[in-house]
Amino acid sequence: MRLLAGFARFWWDFIVGDDWRIAAGVLLVLGVGAVLVSSARASDPLVATLTAVGIMLVAIGSIVVAALRARRG
Amino acid sequence: MGNAVGVVAATLLASGVEFVEALTIVLAMGTTRGWRSTWIGVGAALAALAVVTAIAGYALQSWLPEALLQLVVGTLLLIFGLQWLRKAILRSAGLKALHDEDETFRSEVEAARAAGDERRLGLDWFAFVVSFKGVFLEGLEIVFIVLTFGLNGDSIPLAVLGAALGGVIVLGAGFALHKPLARVPENTIKFVVGLLLSTFGTFWAVEGLGWFGPGDTSLRWPGGDAALLVLLALWGLLAWAAVRVLSRRPQEAT
Repeated sequence: MRLLAGFARFWWDFIVGDDWRIAAGVLLVLGVGAVLVSSARASDPLVATLTAVGIMLVAIGSIVVAALRARRG
Repeated sequence: MGNAVGVVAATLLASGVEFVEALTIVLAMGTTRGWRSTWIGVGAALAALAVVTAIAGYALQSWLPEALLQLVVGTLLLIFGLQWLRKAILRSAGLKALHDEDETFRSEVEAARAAGDERRLGLDWFAFVVSFKGVFLEGLEIVFIVLTFGLNGDSIPLAVLGAALGGVIVLGAGFALHKPLARVPENTIKFVVGLLLSTFGTFWAVEGLGWFGPGDTSLRWPGGDAALLVLLALWGLLAWAAVRVLSRRPQEAT
């Protein structure tokens, strides 16, 4: 069990790293994109553009949070 | 063509920067604890990486349909790439300490000298374990990038070529100089790799959303593959603007 937990922990640290918000934000945005695609309510180019913008907003949010933390020390 | 250049550039730069970090650890062990156990640790790590690559590559390519592969691999690449980019931006803006190979080398040498003389299987166990871990962990990042780029770009040979070139350049320089490559502009390289990973990750993850559609085919980007260049420009602009804004001192910003 400890070995399994260690294995999971290693991959979590490896991929998600020290800011889980990036992973959560990316999954959230892609989830919204998936809903739009499956409901066929928007064209491919529109979904692609909106999803890309959403991902970039996630990146901006993560950078701002990290910068504020770094300034606070 | 743009895809091929991107694959080679990303894997070459990413492997180069990871090889620099692995080289520092291997040199520290080899010069302080002796080369035999160090080389065996390096060899064992490379063998383990080959097994991981073969299993993960086979599983991903065989079990997942194309659109789902794009979604899974693109999402992983995007999350991974955004971590690199965020750290590179913070370092460029002076909000995070730069990686210092000389300092890393010094602390590894100190640890190697302070460690006991435990022997297992006829090996200097400390040198073996540290070299194994160093090469395996840094190598895993290279494997991850090679696999994700190779599988999604349908160009495993190009991805391997890029990674091998990065390794040859760094190891050649390192063993010729016989010291850590402290002058390599690591953060600049990580910045570029972060941009490439974020660009390709966004492109493929969004294409993979087509898996949720009725046709089970990849989503179409406006402009097709040319969208990659637009994405790269946008990620570059975002990163540049972030560094500019964050580099200002708080009193200047107000």
